[in-house]
Amino acid sequence: MTPSDTDTTVAQPGLTPGLPGLAEDWSSDQRTFKNVPWGKAMMWIFLLSDTFIFSCFLISYMTVRMSTTVPWPIPSEVFALSFGGGEPIPLILIAIMTFILITSSGTMVLAVNYGYRMDRKKTAILLLITAALGASFVGMQAFEWTKLIHEGVRPWGNPMGAAQFGSTFFMITGFHGFHVSIGVLFLILVARKVWRGDYDTGKRGFFTSRKGSYEIVETMGLYWHFVDLVWVFIFAFFYLW
Amino acid sequence: MAHAQGQQHPLGVYFKVWALLFVLSSFSYMVDYYHVEGYLRWTLILIFMFLKAGFIIAIFMHIKWERLALSYAILGPPVLLLVFIGIMTYESDYTFLTRGIFFVTGS
Repeated sequence: MTPSDTDTTVAQPGLTPGLPGLAEDWSSDQRTFKNVPWGKAMMWIFLLSDTFIFSCFLISYMTVRMSTTVPWPIPSEVFALSFGGGEPIPLILIAIMTFILITSSGTMVLAVNYGYRMDRKKTAILLLITAALGASFVGMQAFEWTKLIHEGVRPWGNPMGAAQFGSTFFMITGFHGFHVSIGVLFLILVARKVWRGDYDTGKRGFFTSRKGSYEIVETMGLYWHFVDLVWVFIFAFFYLW
Repeated sequence: MAHAQGQQHPLGVYFKVWALLFVLSSFSYMVDYYHVEGYLRWTLILIFMFLKAGFIIAIFMHIKWERLALSYAILGPPVLLLVFIGIMTYESDYTFLTRGIFFVTGS
């Protein structure tokens, strides 16, 4: 650890903008991502690999849906929910889950902003609100899974139509829900560190024994927004299609 | 200090995008609620989806303000997925066709 390791976000003067800058950055025989801390660059590369994983899931889902000769269950009816014995409202739970995730993305972006202003308390509270919204999302997903399992949806078949519906549904939403759950844990962890003032005092982390800074809140934010981003695609391709 | 730099932007832009994401989500929900069908349905779903994804990546994930060296490294590789989608569309059409020929009686 050299002292310069903590100075990675300082904008280096003299960086060329635009396409010539792109060529210069990549051919500089130095670190390519000039004003990006290493943790953030690594998070981006992880998210890129995750993009390919979720794309594989969604593409395989589309492939089985297009190639089956049995009619696909109508998501609008499968995911309808009625309140107090009234008419079932199509996709209502999924719509609420979508809005919750967007709201949590908003609170996350505010947390990043207040983090860079070194506003310890606001950042921690916003991170905890984000975590609570994420947890309620996972809770609703658990409710939805329970409902579908009671209705006889299984990975190998279901009473509504094509057998592939169950396997793709549990695979895709399960993997996404797992991402949200890990994100909630990650958020609580970062919130605790922010609240304790670890990023102000430069306290070393228990795992990496490196000094953290408020950039970690932004890196955390990238992960959280990515989870929201994946949901945008799942919502469009699985629930609305 | 070192932290003072980073991705700092006025809060206004975040609130605008936040509101826009709500509006776009309700639009895509409306597509289902009012039973828009066929190609119009798929087109609308895709338009709202790409708009939402674009705003999240550009503003919330700050790609708009990153240097091109990073943004192209992140946004470039997923373009390859289009090839994958093309291959699998071709494949699933073929599977559907052969299933139609050989499994017409059962399902």
